[in-house]
Amino acid sequence: MTDTTSTTQTKKPPTGLTRTIYDWGTSLKSPTPYLMTFGIFLWIGAYYLFVEGWELPRFNKLPGPVEVITEFLNPDPDWGMSLFTAEFYDHVFVSCRRILIAFAIATGVGVPLGLFMGWSKTFRDYSFPILETLRPIPILAWVPLAILMFSGLETPVIYLATLASLFVTTLNTLLGVDSIDEEYFRAANCLGSKPHHVFMHIVVPGALPFIFTGLQISIGVAWFSLVAAEMVSGEFGLGYLIVDAYMNITYVIMVIAMLTLGFVGWLSSALVRIAGNRLMQWRVRALALEGR
Amino acid sequence: MNTQQTNQSNLPSDNKATLELRNISRTFGDEWEREEIIKDLSLTVNPSQLTVIVGPSGCGKSTLVNLIAGFDRPDAGEILLNSKKITDPGNDRMVVFQETALIPWQTTLENVVFGPNLRGDRTAEEVEAEANRLLDKVGLAEFKEKYPIQLSGGMQRRAELARAMINNPLVMIMDEPFRGLDAMSRELMQEFFVRLFEENQKTNLFVTSEIEEAIYLADRLIILSNRPTSVRSIIDIELPRPRDFHMLSSPEAYEYKREAMEILHEEAMKSFHREDNSSAAAE
Repeated sequence: MTDTTSTTQTKKPPTGLTRTIYDWGTSLKSPTPYLMTFGIFLWIGAYYLFVEGWELPRFNKLPGPVEVITEFLNPDPDWGMSLFTAEFYDHVFVSCRRILIAFAIATGVGVPLGLFMGWSKTFRDYSFPILETLRPIPILAWVPLAILMFSGLETPVIYLATLASLFVTTLNTLLGVDSIDEEYFRAANCLGSKPHHVFMHIVVPGALPFIFTGLQISIGVAWFSLVAAEMVSGEFGLGYLIVDAYMNITYVIMVIAMLTLGFVGWLSSALVRIAGNRLMQWRVRALALEGR
Repeated sequence: MNTQQTNQSNLPSDNKATLELRNISRTFGDEWEREEIIKDLSLTVNPSQLTVIVGPSGCGKSTLVNLIAGFDRPDAGEILLNSKKITDPGNDRMVVFQETALIPWQTTLENVVFGPNLRGDRTAEEVEAEANRLLDKVGLAEFKEKYPIQLSGGMQRRAELARAMINNPLVMIMDEPFRGLDAMSRELMQEFFVRLFEENQKTNLFVTSEIEEAIYLADRLIILSNRPTSVRSIIDIELPRPRDFHMLSSPEAYEYKREAMEILHEEAMKSFHREDNSSAAAE
């Protein structure tokens, strides 16, 4: 371990764009990107053969990859929706805005809530039973309540997405505080910390790894419940688009909306992961030493 | 050199502290199953001395450290630091633990400046200058921007020493600090530690289960009895200072070692028999 640390000392690590290019270069030398590409093509190939090639029963009603991709890249789409129509972006934008609002509220409330629950035994005793009772209620069971409580179309949808993501964030943050080793609390106390110091320097940073794991799950859950909510009530958004396309028998649009959802969802959790790594340099180093 | 001067001019008495434990008892368990860990234990850690505590394994050494650190309170008796009763953790006593307790999300330097910056009794620049000086002293100047996980075991121990020393505690408490290090690092750390002590002569309580380590370091060796723990015997180690490893092969050191081993063996045998008795009773 001494050796590795002293060699990095002599050579200054590159930063910014140079670093990014360097990292890309290194990753091209590993099998990972090639395996990923191969995996994607394998999947698309199977999809093509099942649906368009062999036209297997059960699959033959579905739009195949060729049909979907042609339509998606068509400047003048047959079914009225592709990468070149403003309507497509309207739906994506509406869903993303809802997710952003829901995720922001859920994080803004859930993280502090979880931190306090983990930190204060009294507060935890008050709030934990309620959290544990409300949390298992499936998000679809909240739909009637959401419609009763909130007027309009926008608020109930955001409310449902927020709720689902809030429970995940809170619970993970709470577990994050629980996961902190007692030794660090002792060390901090020994060094003369007041309770607010312990909170700021031990509880918050110590819980961060769990918080970010929680946020990655919670943004996924937010998408999940958003789409469910959009399917039930709404006139825009990707979830609505899927149901609408199904009703109108425009199955190609349905698949386009599904794939878009997958892509946007993946992008959003990647952003959360990047934010987490920026905030937790110590953990990035720790994982790097373990060869991950 | 500089240190000693500043230490002596600013805080003339800070290495002349006395730690006293008077009739300490500590029991764990509920009303059906009580286990008396420490019973009526009294000892004094003399000012500017390195007092080493050894005892058979499982005799409650860590419980004792927790009491002195203020993480736990005795059921009876009191602990006095310069005649002031100890009730809570405080920066007048610095504990270096068995396992590393460096805060993983702070760099080495951040760990060292953490205590003084919380209290704000010195400016951040003063603290950082002092931290750099201490890190240099423990040979970690190059590693101050590294996170604890990037340091080797021995380096972590030294970083922890620096983090403790910057707080100018009245007494240093070391709870088996070199446990888990490989033999070579352990020897180097012992040598480093004994130099450090001889330089600043700060009242020090060192807990270990290694008898050679104890004799090499100690001015006074306190041997604990088996559970319920109390002081079994005290040996004054009159090897000259500065210490070096050759002294461990001197006839005096051998005699100390033999004496201590004999007592420890006797105590360890008691715990053996007690286990026999209790398992027999269980059957």
